[in-house]
Amino acid sequence: MTNRKQLDNATQMNIYRKMALIKVNDEHARRLIKSGRASMQYYSPRGQEVIPSVISVCLNPDDYVCTIYRGTHDMLAKGVPLRELWPELIGRANGTCKGKGGPMHITHPKSGVMVTTGVVGSSMPIANGLGWSSLLSGDGRITVAYFGDGASNIGAFHESLNLASLWKLPVLFVCQNNRYAEHTAYAACTAIRQISGRAASYDMPGVTVDGNDPFQMFPVAQEAIERARSGAGPTLIEAMTYRFYGHHMGDDQSYIDPAELKAAIAADPYARFRARLVADKTVAEAELDLIDAAIEKEVAEAIEYALASPYPDLTELKLDVYASEVAS
Amino acid sequence: MTAASPESYTMLEALKIALDNALEEDKRVIVLGEDVADPEGGGVLGVTRGLSTKYGGLRVRSTPISEQAIMGAAIGASLGGYLPVAEIMLMNFTTVAMDMITNHAAKLRFMSGGQTHVPITIRMLTGAGFGAGGQHTDYLEAWFAHTAGLKVVAPATPADAEGLMRSCIFDEDPCLFIENLQIYRTPGPRLPAGQRIPIGKGAIVRSGGDVTVVAHSRMVRESNVAADTLAKDGISVELLDLRTVAPWDRDLVLASVAKTRRAVIVHEAVRAFGIGAEIAAVINEELFGQLKAAVRRVGAPFCPVPYSKPLETAFVPSPTKIEAAIRSTLD
Repeated sequence: MTNRKQLDNATQMNIYRKMALIKVNDEHARRLIKSGRASMQYYSPRGQEVIPSVISVCLNPDDYVCTIYRGTHDMLAKGVPLRELWPELIGRANGTCKGKGGPMHITHPKSGVMVTTGVVGSSMPIANGLGWSSLLSGDGRITVAYFGDGASNIGAFHESLNLASLWKLPVLFVCQNNRYAEHTAYAACTAIRQISGRAASYDMPGVTVDGNDPFQMFPVAQEAIERARSGAGPTLIEAMTYRFYGHHMGDDQSYIDPAELKAAIAADPYARFRARLVADKTVAEAELDLIDAAIEKEVAEAIEYALASPYPDLTELKLDVYASEVAS
Repeated sequence: MTAASPESYTMLEALKIALDNALEEDKRVIVLGEDVADPEGGGVLGVTRGLSTKYGGLRVRSTPISEQAIMGAAIGASLGGYLPVAEIMLMNFTTVAMDMITNHAAKLRFMSGGQTHVPITIRMLTGAGFGAGGQHTDYLEAWFAHTAGLKVVAPATPADAEGLMRSCIFDEDPCLFIENLQIYRTPGPRLPAGQRIPIGKGAIVRSGGDVTVVAHSRMVRESNVAADTLAKDGISVELLDLRTVAPWDRDLVLASVAKTRRAVIVHEAVRAFGIGAEIAAVINEELFGQLKAAVRRVGAPFCPVPYSKPLETAFVPSPTKIEAAIRSTLD
């Protein structure tokens, strides 16, 4: 038995802080875009806060993450600092990637975020390689590959799960099932009722869990992480969730039944967890208000800092293409 | 074809030596691909035979036939600090891993602002002449040369294969390594032990004053045959072996063409939109007023690699065709 973390009050508060950060950051991002003060590619993760928040409190700081274009929640939960993230989101020289990656390609090795891909499904094959490197070096790290339900229909998913199981790689495949692949509803593009069922084809555990409930998510994450770290191999976690604001900014969500959307928003995992913490007397509501206010301030400051930051120098076009500049 | 003597070896043997040495000298070097480990035969042609036994199955691993997973594993392992050599068997099979190669391996350094890089080597065989039809022997180097962030090498001799393999393995950028099946078992002089051939540097195969011929991979051999024939008529060809397609050796090519004032570019890939067009364009940009003839290109006709023997033979640029193109610059 490894040292299994308990979902004690301190851990619950850590989860809450991450969720609040993701929620507040998302509100600011959407407001900023609508204000016209900045323009950026943005895929709102609002509604999916619980999944990376719980997983990240279970991970070690040096564990790896590979995520996707809808991934600011995954990045923030893993610890990408706001003052590096925000300049990158709006293409400034002091962003994580010098403004050359942008929202869909955030990389921040210091917090373990190794790849963010804009291509559906492509977080998984690369996560396997990071897992293999951990087997080779014995560094004890595990790698989390985040992806959506739509990605379980692309070949990379199947190739990756097969190889990871075959090689017993220390990898977690975390499907954030938000019920829509771009504008197509789950059932209209996915032949199996639950994606977790696909794990059976690759002889690995597959678990469907309420990804909007930290109390459900926590033991599932713990067990999968323990399994990976112990050398027993990968797990497929299908965390059921919902995206509140559609595929992209400005998505009118006309393809979604309004009643379904209303119900999902009414069951807001952030509000629910907050109410639970207060009801359980884990924390006084006033303290949560203070936490939220501090996060509000921190996010607002990071955005102003980013807006005041310089764009990259045009010489950057020639840098980082190769290790040293190549004539063309 | 002569038998291999102690002083000579084949490309197959040269590659094995380079891989063996690299695995021996640096624990970060790892090998993966279909059938590469000994239980599966040590590679489709035996290049990696013995390596998994010598260095262990964790470092030299056979994979499923899952090209995306192979490339992803190589990319991820490189991000984790390793130097993977991924064998994709045939160049045509890169098509099912293009997302990993062109969207990820090529771009992660740039998109991360230089925080990460992908020092992988991707080995692949190709080259028409085996009756394999349309999906096994294409030359697709122009696709990859057109993608910023990738390097593409295509050696023509065993020694260059060994030296370039060593350079690619330890290079900090993703390198595609093109191996031609037709010249795989042709003996050539050995490379001095441990030597590297630098990426991006071509070689003068034969010096001459009348026409510069630029080729790579198998086409170096075919061009050399054409040059032998022309020499009998007193036509002196300067034959350059690019060795690296991307980045190609502009200095070498431009210096030679500045001297001969005539150029022919030869590649096995279809002529249209091939690397010959890029090289011809640069020659025109840099040396327009000095040229005595239009730059000529020799490549395959614009069709898939055909199956039927006479068609396949006609598809590949022959010494006769190369000779005719060279003569046309002298008319």
